[in-house]
Amino acid sequence: MSIVISKEKQAGDLINDVQKLSGIDIRSCLQCKKCSNGCPVTGLTNVHPSDIIRAMQLNVGDKIFNSDLIWMCASCETCYARCPMKINMAEVMDALRVLSVQKNGPKQKGNVPLFNKSFLRTVKMFGRTYDIGMIAAYKLGSASLLQDTDKFPMMLLKGKIALIPSFQADKKYTRRIFGRKLGNTQS
Amino acid sequence: MRYSYYPGCSAESTARDQYMSVNEVAIALNIELIEIKGWTCCGSTPAHHTDKILSIALPVANLLMAQKTGLEMVVFCAACYNRMKVANHEIQTNPEIRKEIAATLGEDYDGSVKVHHFIEVLIKEIGVKKLKEAFTHSLYGLKVASYYGCLLVRPKDVTQFDDPENPTIMDKLIKLMGGEMIDWPHKVECCGGGFALSRTDIVVELSNSILGMAEASGAQCMAVACPMCQINLDMRQSDIHKIKGRDYNLPVVYITQLLGLCLGISPKKLGMDKCVVSPKPIIELVKVAE
Ligand code: SF4
Ligand code: SF4
Repeated sequence: MSIVISKEKQAGDLINDVQKLSGIDIRSCLQCKKCSNGCPVTGLTNVHPSDIIRAMQLNVGDKIFNSDLIWMCASCETCYARCPMKINMAEVMDALRVLSVQKNGPKQKGNVPLFNKSFLRTVKMFGRTYDIGMIAAYKLGSASLLQDTDKFPMMLLKGKIALIPSFQADKKYTRRIFGRKLGNTQS
Repeated sequence: MRYSYYPGCSAESTARDQYMSVNEVAIALNIELIEIKGWTCCGSTPAHHTDKILSIALPVANLLMAQKTGLEMVVFCAACYNRMKVANHEIQTNPEIRKEIAATLGEDYDGSVKVHHFIEVLIKEIGVKKLKEAFTHSLYGLKVASYYGCLLVRPKDVTQFDDPENPTIMDKLIKLMGGEMIDWPHKVECCGGGFALSRTDIVVELSNSILGMAEASGAQCMAVACPMCQINLDMRQSDIHKIKGRDYNLPVVYITQLLGLCLGISPKKLGMDKCVVSPKPIIELVKVAE
């Protein structure tokens, strides 16, 4: 990847925000690239996990949110398992995703933030996920209505999708949990 | 042997077969799984994508419910298992988080509820000898690729499940059932996990590489211990066929379904009719009466 550093003053100090959110010392990265070599999505994008760290070290600022890797990272933790400096990249990615949503970062393929929102909304409502409600909200919003329609009849028939939500959850705790404001957590 | 059981949301939808087979195997082996009353979602990937406290508070709510029963917790879904373990780890090692979670839930949690994956219970609590005695049927040399994926084995210091690069706990079970375990390099590769709906393209790429390697290694079926791995590797074979032109037709079953067959439980009771790629060749090999 080529990292473009502009001379203009960058808005905010991204590396500090990410360190504060994730509790991880990003400056200790050696750029050994073990993370990138083991990352399952490395072959599908031009930006690799070690590039994300390097970009932050070089203070490229919010431009980092243009990197598609942030929303392609599957949180598989292979990078963390192999990092000699014990940098938990999966948590770094979580912090970048939280910041990207907060800062209204560019919408990317698959609109993962919308998926997350649709998923969590059903958890807030029912205490458990409700696939049909979640899929409807996500698909309507992401205009991918036709994707996978071929599978619904089969899934219904096999009982792999529940028509009605479960009402068995005790919402004592979830009510309190979802009473908080989301996305501005510190650790 | 009694445990507090957390089935997780997929048990009520995409992974009913997992739920059924875990229950059947538990009954056959005299393991009492007591479902946590009123359990709620662990938050899975959307929670840790969104907010750290949310991602810990959701599992802690369930750990608190389990704690009140006085029993240790058993989970099967690898994602739920991982989130429960991460929550325990954070509560134990980060006093700030513990305080914030206590304020959120209105109740303090000390991180002490022991969490086991169901197959850990089989190996560590029931033990190899008793398991072997309980089997009435055999896999007759069926070549099985055991697939662990990410969330059981990583991060190692948190899940403490098995070796993070070459786990063998499922392989032991396969051998015990008379199957042939395949030595293959993709045991802990990622299938795309939670991108099942949002980034199907990534799931197709990653699952294709896993299925391809399983096939090349001579596997006749794959055994999994995670509902996300199961649905990605099983249901997406038709998409992989369309997009990549590869036709695997490789059954992907839960390890508990194989165990159930060897315990003489009918395939129907194990939910094996719910697999997308038909597991019939396995059922015929083991010859369990419907
Ligand atoms: S493995 Fe760790 S030290 Fe090496 S490049 Fe990646 S983050 Fe940096
Ligand atoms: S956690 Fe994300 S960045 Fe790390 S190896 Fe997995 S997909 Fe790549």
